[in-house]
Amino acid sequence: MFNFGKWTSEFNNLLMGFLPEWATVLVECVIIAVLVLLTYTVLALFYILYERKLCAWFQCRLGPMRVGKWGLLQVFADMFKILVKELISLKDTDRFLFKLAPYLVITSSVVMLACLPWGNGLQIIDYNIGIFFILAVSSVGVLGILLAGWSSNNKYTLIGAMRSGAQMISYEISLGLAIITVIVLAGTMNITELVWQQESTWFIFRGHVPAIIAFLIYIVAATAETNRGPFDLPEAEHELTAGYHTEYSGIHFGFFYLAEYLNLFIVSGIASLMFLGGWMPLHIPGWEAFNNVMNYIPSIVWFIGKSFFISYVIIWFKWTFPRVRIDQMLSFEWKYLMPLSLFNLVLMAVCVAFGWHF
Amino acid sequence: MNLLLEISNGALAITATLTGIGLVFAALLIAKLISPKSYSVKKAEPYECGIPTRGESMIQFKAGYYIFAILFLIFDVETVFLYPWSVVMRSLGPQGLLCIGIFMFVLIMGLAYAWRKGALKWK
Repeated sequence: MFNFGKWTSEFNNLLMGFLPEWATVLVECVIIAVLVLLTYTVLALFYILYERKLCAWFQCRLGPMRVGKWGLLQVFADMFKILVKELISLKDTDRFLFKLAPYLVITSSVVMLACLPWGNGLQIIDYNIGIFFILAVSSVGVLGILLAGWSSNNKYTLIGAMRSGAQMISYEISLGLAIITVIVLAGTMNITELVWQQESTWFIFRGHVPAIIAFLIYIVAATAETNRGPFDLPEAEHELTAGYHTEYSGIHFGFFYLAEYLNLFIVSGIASLMFLGGWMPLHIPGWEAFNNVMNYIPSIVWFIGKSFFISYVIIWFKWTFPRVRIDQMLSFEWKYLMPLSLFNLVLMAVCVAFGWHF
Repeated sequence: MNLLLEISNGALAITATLTGIGLVFAALLIAKLISPKSYSVKKAEPYECGIPTRGESMIQFKAGYYIFAILFLIFDVETVFLYPWSVVMRSLGPQGLLCIGIFMFVLIMGLAYAWRKGALKWK
């Protein structure tokens, strides 16, 4: 497998050749910032088109077709339109919190994006508690949503924010427990090591039954975490107009929109990291020729392909299942999903303790 | 860190945070420069389907959410205890399994108690 770290370390040596150390670090930080920013915007724009096209095809429509070939330029037109719309300032809002909320939502998703392993050696933040760091940062996003709903001074947004908060904190427990189940198997929280541990086969195959149950729990919890699919109560259009971002206009609304799609990518990225091997190609122990062929596909293609596939499944949920009620949603989490994930964790611990895994 | 070999994780995390803040700030600045501005009393009203808002909006809200928040706090702290255990689980062996079994038993008893008391019922 090609290691992208070679390019970056050569670039680093080149810079070190004619710049002092602090300037090198500064230049590299600026380059990283620009790269992250570009990835963020391109991904968000791609995801908006992806969802709109998929939704249209599920409903036997064509979707956006007018702007550009097959409507490919539609998202750019939309973003430009959002940018030139007026930013309405309302009376009686809590100004400071109202303006702080988009910062929290966007910043948390940017930091999470920087933690994902994009390819062999293509990773920015790599703490030894990597996956725990991602989950910790993701909680900041909930705070942003709660602040947005509270500070708008509107009853719809208040209800939307409360529902969203209750939903996100409830499903965060199942999400965390599903991830812990995999950590028990891996014995590490470092993202690079997590990927390398899956060199023989992916965790979903190595951990067989408990890992598959954990994967299913993770997908359901991730759908709820991103306020999507059958769990989109916070934005239930028929009851709450637009939920917690009703009062935001122009680009202020655009931030929540972008962050929502980025969060979809991030949860899919974590799912592919924890269960489907991150950027690791599909390896089957004993099939040397097959493994070598798989190694020819670049690692970045593997990661993006897996993430897009899981996003596809989550988008599919949204356009298939009807919305659940809030009491159904909360009792599903607390009475079924969480006891199941606790039981699954014990099952995985027993499997690992007695060596009943691959 | 994998991407560039000389920078610490802390500096990278700060870079990512500043990128996020910079993205919001720059987009807001551009929007402020090119978007139209106008003011009217009606426009500043909260959006409520054309009816004037009745009473305060920042009110004390349904207590049901509060109960779930407390439950979340208990179980989230529990999850935080499980993370270090999950990393060293292999080296602890059967004894560690027994200890975490007792820990989880106590917690499940707590959940059962909350369930029995009707805290999980949405009213």
